[in-house]
Amino acid sequence: MGGATVLKLIAQRIALGVLLLLAVSVLIFAGTQILPGDVAQSILGQAATPQALENLRRELGLNDPAYIRYFRWLFGILQGDLGTALSNNRDIASALSGRLANTLFLAACAAVVSVPLAILLGLLAVRYRNGIIDKAISGFALASTSLPEFFIGYLLILVFAVKLQWFPASSTVYDSMGFLQRLQAVVLPASALTLVVLAHMMRMTRAAVLNVMQSAYIETAELKGLGPLKIIRRHAFPNAIAPIINVVMLNLAFLVVGVVVVEVIFVYPGMGQYLVDHVSKRDVPVVQAVGLIFAAVYITLNMVADIAAILANPRLRHPK
Amino acid sequence: MSKELDFLSRHVASGRLSRRDFLGRAAALGISATFANGLLTSAARAQTPQKGGALRMGLVGGESTNSLDPATILTQVPQNFSSTWGELLVIQSPEDGSPQPVLAESWDSSPDASEWSFKIRKGVTFHNGKDMTPEDVAQTIRRHADENTKSAALGVLGDIEDIKVDGDNVVFKLARGNADLPLLLTDYHLIIQPNGGFDDPAAGIGTGPYKVEVDEPGVRHMSTKYDGYWRDDVGHVDSVEIIVMNDNTARMAALQSGQVHIINRVEPKTVALLARASGVKIESTPSKGHYVFLMHCNTAPFDNADLRMALKLAIDREQMVQQILQGHASVGNDFPINKSYALFPEGIEQRAYDPEKAQFHYKKSGHSGPLVLQTSDVAFPGAVDASQLFQQQAKRAGIDIQVQREPGDGYWTEVWNKQPFCASYWGGRATQDSMYSTAYIEGADWNDTRFFDKGFDKIILEARAELDQTKRAALYRDAATKVRDDGGLILPMFNDFIDARREEVQGWVSDPNHETSNLKAAIRVWLQA
Repeated sequence: MGGATVLKLIAQRIALGVLLLLAVSVLIFAGTQILPGDVAQSILGQAATPQALENLRRELGLNDPAYIRYFRWLFGILQGDLGTALSNNRDIASALSGRLANTLFLAACAAVVSVPLAILLGLLAVRYRNGIIDKAISGFALASTSLPEFFIGYLLILVFAVKLQWFPASSTVYDSMGFLQRLQAVVLPASALTLVVLAHMMRMTRAAVLNVMQSAYIETAELKGLGPLKIIRRHAFPNAIAPIINVVMLNLAFLVVGVVVVEVIFVYPGMGQYLVDHVSKRDVPVVQAVGLIFAAVYITLNMVADIAAILANPRLRHPK
Repeated sequence: MSKELDFLSRHVASGRLSRRDFLGRAAALGISATFANGLLTSAARAQTPQKGGALRMGLVGGESTNSLDPATILTQVPQNFSSTWGELLVIQSPEDGSPQPVLAESWDSSPDASEWSFKIRKGVTFHNGKDMTPEDVAQTIRRHADENTKSAALGVLGDIEDIKVDGDNVVFKLARGNADLPLLLTDYHLIIQPNGGFDDPAAGIGTGPYKVEVDEPGVRHMSTKYDGYWRDDVGHVDSVEIIVMNDNTARMAALQSGQVHIINRVEPKTVALLARASGVKIESTPSKGHYVFLMHCNTAPFDNADLRMALKLAIDREQMVQQILQGHASVGNDFPINKSYALFPEGIEQRAYDPEKAQFHYKKSGHSGPLVLQTSDVAFPGAVDASQLFQQQAKRAGIDIQVQREPGDGYWTEVWNKQPFCASYWGGRATQDSMYSTAYIEGADWNDTRFFDKGFDKIILEARAELDQTKRAALYRDAATKVRDDGGLILPMFNDFIDARREEVQGWVSDPNHETSNLKAAIRVWLQA
């Protein structure tokens, strides 16, 4: 019975996520329709004559009602066709896939380091709470978060690229690069991102676990004579996991969609830079596509967080 | 001392100092003749181009929206990259701005300068192996001169009425005489393409020393040496890689760590710091670009000639150059032409800061109350600081300028060319004629000082068709004097192009026509092993 309820809950979450994504796609499409001028006008620019505009509108199917164009766009996306960029006539899907892969690679590198590190530091801070280790960890994490990411980036470049010359100053990656070369290229930006997201996750871990540590059953465990590390591992952490997963997912989403500044500083060819370039050229199809992908990443990660929280929380698994 | 010797030996090698003088100077520094002679030999070797190596440039001005179609090129990365794979008919001389042959071997015109014949070079091949023909040249110019084209070069080619091929020549018929046609063809968009690029404008196939290998817009571009290239004096390195680095600090770090050999657009604020880094050389080149304050000659209170003169006298150009651009600029004289242009009018008196005379004209104008100067960070680098400095300088003449800072977004649509008193900048043009025709004659696209003067327009039109260089120079002198004394242009400074290179990069040509050595740095330099 319990298993079926969980499955139902999860199915509900997924359905909700898909619905939300559809709603976002409507919003994105409507938003770009409100902008003055249409795609034909942006393509032709100043050289637009009424006849040329009319021809191009017919060619692009812009004379159809908005809802028909929306569904055409949506079905195109479902088939993997994101359209063509106005500014350079390149296929958006193929241009984007490389950028998306780069962004995900950088985010993954940063996540692989930052998530375990943050949780470990959080647990250590709880174990030695209010002691010197706790204060040192918190102080370091808060300081690194308070510094703006561009400052951390420049600092890393100055020390490790210009002075020590261990890593390249710019992280340009391209197809013909080997995996190890790529790793070396992203060491600095991934470190910068790690420092940016570390404190949020670490502090949340510490707070959530400390909260559980106030409970009566922890006291029982202590009275049983269990060691502090074992108590944290066996009793406190599993019960504090839901909020930790939530904050981890939020930070993962940030690593994918919020890294424009780091991308620019380290000259990393990711999605953020791609979006900014096209926004400034009013290249609407690209902006729509990137907006939708960002929304999908956010919704998916939040959905995963929800589902993980359901699985981890007995109260949600067995609703009364 | 060794720095001085190094400097002197390079002077000998480049012909600016005689060998005899050098040995004398070396003796004065207490150096033996043998050692000094040895220095000379190594300096001379440094002047002989070395072949090979992979050149890497980190440049600002590349977007993922860039295309290889020369007609669409606007920013520095595609500009520099196109110079590696494509070539023009004519190029401007770095020394005197005169037209020099590239794909056109020679040219000739009718006495009224309305018909021009260009002899096209033979034995040049495109990267696809086909011969470059006069027909390709004609088609290229047709594509850019077509009134439906998207090419940014349309403006300079608007007067071409007819293009036809005549044997080895391409003949242009102009609507009006224009003595500058060869210089107009130096526009960087006019890269000769197979069949003019009508078939595939963004194919990236040209006649340049390098052929396109990698084209990832907004990330990096790479080209490698083309074996069938027709000449030997450019294209020394084996490959050129241009990495898009839009962040100032990222570029400087990449140059300091040796990841790239050349960067562009070093900020004047930080150039002194970068110059101290080891292995780095700054290349500061006087340019035709200028930073300006614009007054509308037809809008009160700036329609008063005395008020305009008062403001022109109330600006301290030297201080502007030193404080805003840290000396990487030269003072202006209120007309938009400097020594980098052919036929620069020498001997026009330099206008100086004179608060007393300014006060005299200001009183004579009868104006009172504050003058609102609109400015923004996007007007030119340091524009807000420059406006405030101007405000303080004018205060000493009793003129009250009120600086109003505008948002960068929309500055070019809402303020510039709309408001009567604002800060702005101009890039240079190939010729004096195109500079004046773009912004100072009636009916110009961007007459941003509202300078309407029939006599002036007549001078410009007359000079355009004048083939006699002496007469032409005299006409341009009159034009400059008119803009300087009657116009609405306050021109405190011509900015320098500030590029930087690693020391192993040799053969850099100081070229005022465009940044990064007229966009030709990649094909002009070599790497010293």
